[in-house]
Amino acid sequence: MNLAYRDIKHNLLRFVLTNFGLSLLLGIVIMITGVYGGLIDDALRQARAANADLWVVEAGTNGPFAESSRIPGDTRELVSRVYGIERAGAVTYQSVQTVLNDKPLRLFLIGFEPGRPGGPHRLVAGRDILRGHYEMIVDRSAGMALGQDVPLGTHGRKFTVVGLMRNEVTSSGDPVAYITLRDAQALQFELAPPAARREQARGAGLETSNQINAVIAKVSPFVKVDEVAAALTRWKHLSALTQEQQETLLSKFVIERARKQQGLIMVLLVIVSAVIIALIIYTLTMDKVRSIATLKFIGAPDRTIIGMIVQQALSMGIFGYLTGLALVLVFKPYFPRRLVLDPDNVAIVFVITIVVCLAASTLGIRLALKVDPAEALASSG
Amino acid sequence: MTGTDKKPVVKVEHLSKHFGEGSARVEALRDINMEVFPGQVVGLMGPSGSGKTTLLHCIACILEPSSGRITLDNEVVYDQRWLKADLRRLRLDKIGFIFQYPNLLPFLDGSDNVAIVLHLAGVASGPARSRAIELLDYLEVGHRKHALPKQLSGGEAQRVAIARALANRPRIILADEPTAPLDSARARIVMDLLKRIAVEQQAAIIVVTHDEMILDHFDHIYRLRDGRLELDSPPVPPVKAAPVESA
Repeated sequence: MNLAYRDIKHNLLRFVLTNFGLSLLLGIVIMITGVYGGLIDDALRQARAANADLWVVEAGTNGPFAESSRIPGDTRELVSRVYGIERAGAVTYQSVQTVLNDKPLRLFLIGFEPGRPGGPHRLVAGRDILRGHYEMIVDRSAGMALGQDVPLGTHGRKFTVVGLMRNEVTSSGDPVAYITLRDAQALQFELAPPAARREQARGAGLETSNQINAVIAKVSPFVKVDEVAAALTRWKHLSALTQEQQETLLSKFVIERARKQQGLIMVLLVIVSAVIIALIIYTLTMDKVRSIATLKFIGAPDRTIIGMIVQQALSMGIFGYLTGLALVLVFKPYFPRRLVLDPDNVAIVFVITIVVCLAASTLGIRLALKVDPAEALASSG
Repeated sequence: MTGTDKKPVVKVEHLSKHFGEGSARVEALRDINMEVFPGQVVGLMGPSGSGKTTLLHCIACILEPSSGRITLDNEVVYDQRWLKADLRRLRLDKIGFIFQYPNLLPFLDGSDNVAIVLHLAGVASGPARSRAIELLDYLEVGHRKHALPKQLSGGEAQRVAIARALANRPRIILADEPTAPLDSARARIVMDLLKRIAVEQQAAIIVVTHDEMILDHFDHIYRLRDGRLELDSPPVPPVKAAPVESA
């Protein structure tokens, strides 16, 4: 005879409503882990999308994501000639803001050389960029459709969406868009006509737009990446970062503050959940004091009573957790940023929930163990 | 039947109980002696604060006496050998309780409220349930076995509580004001039932009561005042009860 189950069944509506509230709280904890996972995944995805072995950037910088990096556009030819380099491609990175359907939209623009490393991969719709100018491949979270024209840059040039990607966003949630390197350089480095005229008027020469932010290089499998990196850094104006170094920079430094903030929110939510679970269990036990006294009076051992409280606490935790997880999974597509639910993190939240439930039930157990069997003889009905 | 030819199931010798110390010391029970034999229904009467409930708690093994000796079914309790868990087991095995109010567990139906005692004693659920239904039928509430306590009338709930008290075939049944919430007709039904149980199951029944209307059901009456046994009255001659309808 399972007393915990019978009690839950008897007070089913109260149990369901209490657990629904708890599931919302646990759902938020699970969601925060999803946001955290998404933050890491998006940050690393940017670097991993390039499929690079080496990142050649401006000397003394941790570019192109952690710091700005600007190197001459012909660096790609220079890098290509280094022993061990199989392929290389020049890239630029910049954030732009445009207007889509009368709403401002931020995009993270990547300029690349079609046919060389650094371009998009795994399109979910459309095609690669084939024309030299004004074509764009964009993440579908931007809400653009194939064939749609989108104005970009100070000149208001319109770019046509020719391809769509999935899950290509920055660590801050902005959709990624790919355009050709030439277009990207024009957007990033060319001055708007009034500014260019003013520069000419004051006698300054027009700055060349043939600048890039980094060169992405693929290294031959027969050559050590570190050796190639060492060879590249002999040029005093260049630095070379391996893919591993780039990922470390992104995951440990670029998103460190956001990671800590989310960690703090998660710890606070776990504490709040623990307090709420403890109060719920304490209240449920308070409601059963007379039944507990009766059970003790007729000879129930302490373990029967402890078992009842612990089983109810665990049922509450498991039910709340599963409902919370289900709510997160159902509403995940509508969340304003990408949630990545890492199975390990989800399992850790489950373990934390169980530990919190067990710890929280001690308050109820203490109360139950203090109940005097003689209370069953009290005259109130 | 006085049962004096048999060994007493409950024997209380020179029992005293006090609470507090010094100026705050209250003598709840002083030098109490009593015996209850198998088949006897004994009344424990007295005004409020006379020590009836304290004496019942001591016999029920939930309150340790300050001095004296209690023997329950030939086992001397509170002689420094008993652990809390042993006393709990003793309560489960040998004592049945009927409370002033039925005190049924609100989340169990009628049969489970009876079977819980057997479950706690380690009886498998099948036999426990059969025994529970058998007892409910014996007490004429078998038709309410699936009803929750809130769905039972006062009389039905009290009979389910009596069935629970009988579940483990206890040698001792302690009843604390079992007729208090009932009208006089139903009170007499409950007392008739207790008398029948005492005789049929050879149990010793101690009933704490204020109810003078049920005196004729007792084989012996102990009256307490200020913690002392004031009167150890002889058996009361039976009074013919007015016929009443089933509760």
